[in-house]
Amino acid sequence: MKNWLYFGSALFCLATSAQAQNNAPDPMQVRSWAAGCSNCHGTNGRAEAGNEALAGANKDDIVKKMMDFKAGRKPATIMHQLAKGYSDEQIVAIAGYFAAQKK
Amino acid sequence: MKRRQFIQSASATSALGAMGLMSGCATTGGTHGPKVVVVGGGYGGATAAKYVRMWSDYGIQVTLIEPNASFISCPISNLVIGGSKTMADITTSYDNLVKRHGVNWVKDYVTQIDPDKRVVKLAGGSEVPYDRLILSPGVDFMMESLPGMNKAGAQDKVLHAWKAGAQTVALRKQLEAMPDGGVYALSIPLAPYRCPPGPYERACQVAEYFSKAKPKSKVLILDANDDVTSKGPLFKKAWAERYKGIVEYRGKHNAVDVDAATNTLKFEFNDDVKANVLNVIPPMRAGEIAVKSGLATANKRWCEVDFLTFESKAAKNIHVLGDSIQIAPAMPKSGHMANQHGKTCAAAVVALLSGKTPNNMPIYNNTCYSFVSSEDVVHVASVHAYDADKKTMLAVPGSGGVSSAANELEGRYAMAWARNIWADTLA
Repeated sequence: MKNWLYFGSALFCLATSAQAQNNAPDPMQVRSWAAGCSNCHGTNGRAEAGNEALAGANKDDIVKKMMDFKAGRKPATIMHQLAKGYSDEQIVAIAGYFAAQKK
Repeated sequence: MKRRQFIQSASATSALGAMGLMSGCATTGGTHGPKVVVVGGGYGGATAAKYVRMWSDYGIQVTLIEPNASFISCPISNLVIGGSKTMADITTSYDNLVKRHGVNWVKDYVTQIDPDKRVVKLAGGSEVPYDRLILSPGVDFMMESLPGMNKAGAQDKVLHAWKAGAQTVALRKQLEAMPDGGVYALSIPLAPYRCPPGPYERACQVAEYFSKAKPKSKVLILDANDDVTSKGPLFKKAWAERYKGIVEYRGKHNAVDVDAATNTLKFEFNDDVKANVLNVIPPMRAGEIAVKSGLATANKRWCEVDFLTFESKAAKNIHVLGDSIQIAPAMPKSGHMANQHGKTCAAAVVALLSGKTPNNMPIYNNTCYSFVSSEDVVHVASVHAYDADKKTMLAVPGSGGVSSAANELEGRYAMAWARNIWADTLA
């Protein structure tokens, strides 16, 4: 869990939040959080044509994209609005889940 | 193995697999392990059926009771009415649920629930036992609020087309048969109803068809609500710019009766309206089986649930999800949301049947695309998280929003959304 605290300035701010000082979130909870993305990105991140597959993607890449969406640095139609609904900790956990899935 | 033994042994997720019911046996559905019955194979029920199987490592038996031969999507069905898509485009087989996930599909419908014996009774006469029951019966129409709709033949002539299927095709045929210069009137009930932006999308689809095929015709929107309930500025812009002279919107038009013989709508406060094609979306409530089982505790219309598990507040071991529930603040009745309910409920049911505590921090999103033409789309998106104090789902402050303008790129994303959610629900 320590690694990602130093990922970038956006994440560093998170280290001060109450949530980040807790232990890593329950894996079953993380699986359900990730399942909330599968409507568009496929069950376990294995997407149908037209949307980005997340299964087996690099965790840091997913986190960076989501943080950029959240901060408005990356142009988007919808992801900038959705990314703002998730805490940095949730984004890191969900990214970890998808990175661990088979492509 | 008996159920009690199962619960004791299932202290780890792998315990379900240790019963020899791992994915290798998925096609059989299994004859051991706890029993989950899912009623209704729409976005909510089909998703719940698949995910209970998947997340129990195929250790929980799942029976899906669904009378329809295949899944027909309400999202995208307005494009069939507009003429740019076909029924085949919005139809998906239940085969993968059965073959890939080992769901026992029973093509029948439930007539009665016995919560004491924990069985559902089917129209065909058989009984199906459950340890936990998941009801996703969608909506039914409150035809008693429009007395004329109960006259012989009225419901065959004045269509709702608000459940994708035969009426979708029939409404398209009525529009094709309508003479140029005719009026298509669309009556919208007071919120809450299934798919808040759906009626306005439908108005756009019919208007686009008229603009190409019958340019002297009109689309008249008669909305019981004060104003457009979803994506208002975006829809109004489409009507004013793309469909100028075709679409007319009238708010505060609460329909109270229909004369199907003369195609006339009667309102609470406004003058009667007669149209060539009358499309009446009646007020709705939870699906009939939920209402008659005493689960619709909110205004006798909607089912109150615990948002951590979707267990009914009125009955133990019975979960309700999808359009039937009393929604949380800012939560739409949508297929996307029903799919999210299905997964949240599935995780909780698997946990409960394994003697574990369900997740206590649900968070999920809603994305909804509306086609203002056959290609250009506007969206509304939101993220909903559980609030432990208020015990409900609340929109996360600062998240969500709508498109800045209708655009073709989101038209492609909308179809990608459809392909992905159909696969997530059914494949």
